[in-house]
Amino acid sequence: MTKAHNSCGLCRIDIENLKVTSGQDTLIENINLDFHCGQLTALIGRNGAGKTTLIKAILGEREYSGNIIYKEHNNNEIKRPRIGYVPQHLIFDRNTPVSVIDFMTATKSKRPVWFGHRKKERENIIKQLESLECSHVIDRKLGELSGGELQRVLLATALEPLPDFLILDEPVSGVDINGLDLFYKTVSKLRDNYHIAILLVSHDLSLIKKYADKAVLIDKTVVASGDVEEVFKTDAFKQIFGFMDMEK
Amino acid sequence: MEIIYNIFETILPFEFIQYEFMKNALLAIIVVSPLFAILGTMAVNNKMAFFSDALGHSAFTGIAIGILLGMRNPLISMVAFGIFLSLVITKVKSINTASTDTIISVFSSLSMALGIVILSKNGGFAKYSSYLIGDILTVTPKEILLIFIVLIVTIVIWYKIYNHLLLISINTSLAASRNIKTALIENIFVALVAVAVMLTIKWIGILTINSMLILPAAGARNISSNTRQYHIITIITSLVCGILGLIISYYIDTSASATMVLVSSVFFFITLILKKISK
Repeated sequence: MTKAHNSCGLCRIDIENLKVTSGQDTLIENINLDFHCGQLTALIGRNGAGKTTLIKAILGEREYSGNIIYKEHNNNEIKRPRIGYVPQHLIFDRNTPVSVIDFMTATKSKRPVWFGHRKKERENIIKQLESLECSHVIDRKLGELSGGELQRVLLATALEPLPDFLILDEPVSGVDINGLDLFYKTVSKLRDNYHIAILLVSHDLSLIKKYADKAVLIDKTVVASGDVEEVFKTDAFKQIFGFMDMEK
Repeated sequence: MEIIYNIFETILPFEFIQYEFMKNALLAIIVVSPLFAILGTMAVNNKMAFFSDALGHSAFTGIAIGILLGMRNPLISMVAFGIFLSLVITKVKSINTASTDTIISVFSSLSMALGIVILSKNGGFAKYSSYLIGDILTVTPKEILLIFIVLIVTIVIWYKIYNHLLLISINTSLAASRNIKTALIENIFVALVAVAVMLTIKWIGILTINSMLILPAAGARNISSNTRQYHIITIITSLVCGILGLIISYYIDTSASATMVLVSSVFFFITLILKKISK
């Protein structure tokens, strides 16, 4: 059964025949998927299956063939869709002198952050952070945040401006299981309260089972997609993840 | 120029300032230091110390190409080759992320060796060896003006693209999700570094130019907690170390650029100690 949420469910993102190549190698091909507002879709697959490649194509970071089309509820196409992205981790070293407010301002303002921050900008950022209960970190360096704090900052950043499509890369390190559970709860709340489609790359199957509406299993192409439980029952799933105790 | 010379003489009542070459050198440092400081902040963020080193080494090939083409002043071929090399390295880096260090090292060795081979043909390398450690005392007002123009252009570009550069340095995918043309912005940045390095390498020297770019920023980041502080501290220390290095080199009769690097290194270690203390 598809869970119903406070969203029209008519806005959609269609991925048609998507293919990404690297030199002679085909990384992913024949990807056909659709995502709807108010739905939390989990993207799963073994390491190297092409999850990151698919995300990079959606973000416009990798060239691809095929189409990615964003449609409003009235079927009109959104030409310049807004995409929110929460990366798995940041690559810089912890010493980098970039504060939370520097980082968040850089994502939305043209005024260079070495100029300092206007009072109004600061107030707006505090509001953004408050919605995820982490306004106290505003002047801290990004590298000094805990895994959970960093993730909330990244999420707060991805939500401003409110995206048409929110893509989340689940962190694999630095966040404990309680932190992850909290993260999933927050994401579920976002799905219920805002009008956005959410795609979540995840490694934690039990949390997916608890929170996601749909699952997409890929291995170079889409091997299974649909309701979470159905995907978990497919042979392809069992082959990749083994026979897991799904009762826990 | 006369006005600037007079100002120097008024505010600096020291013996060294009476010489015109010292006035020019001082002015050159006042223009070059902020330029390198600004570019250095991002070079350090992006872990590009090795890259700028390779760029410096490639100056020989730039000169060699100029000579082969019959140019009297190889500046244009140096800048052109510098930009070309930095774009190539950036492209290769984006394709293969696994062994960036090795790739840059190969480019660095290749472009240095090629340059030396061409320039040393018929035994004429000696006249280019001055490029190795540079001589800031030979700088002319015309050259300073050129660097000043580059500084102004850099500041304008820095104003326009800094936020984008910062996001790319933090996470490329995140930057892409914000509709930032990541490859273009990165290319603009590395090309800027190439121009700055090639235009100044004659006075700063192939062996020391990388330190001028990296050390002030590397020190400043030990004691800064945000982007604004990082910029201000880098620019001030770059200026202070540069001027101090020049003055010391005058009194103890040593290479100016190497002395500046020594002073910057001392600054770096001081920041390291400050960082340890504040923890």
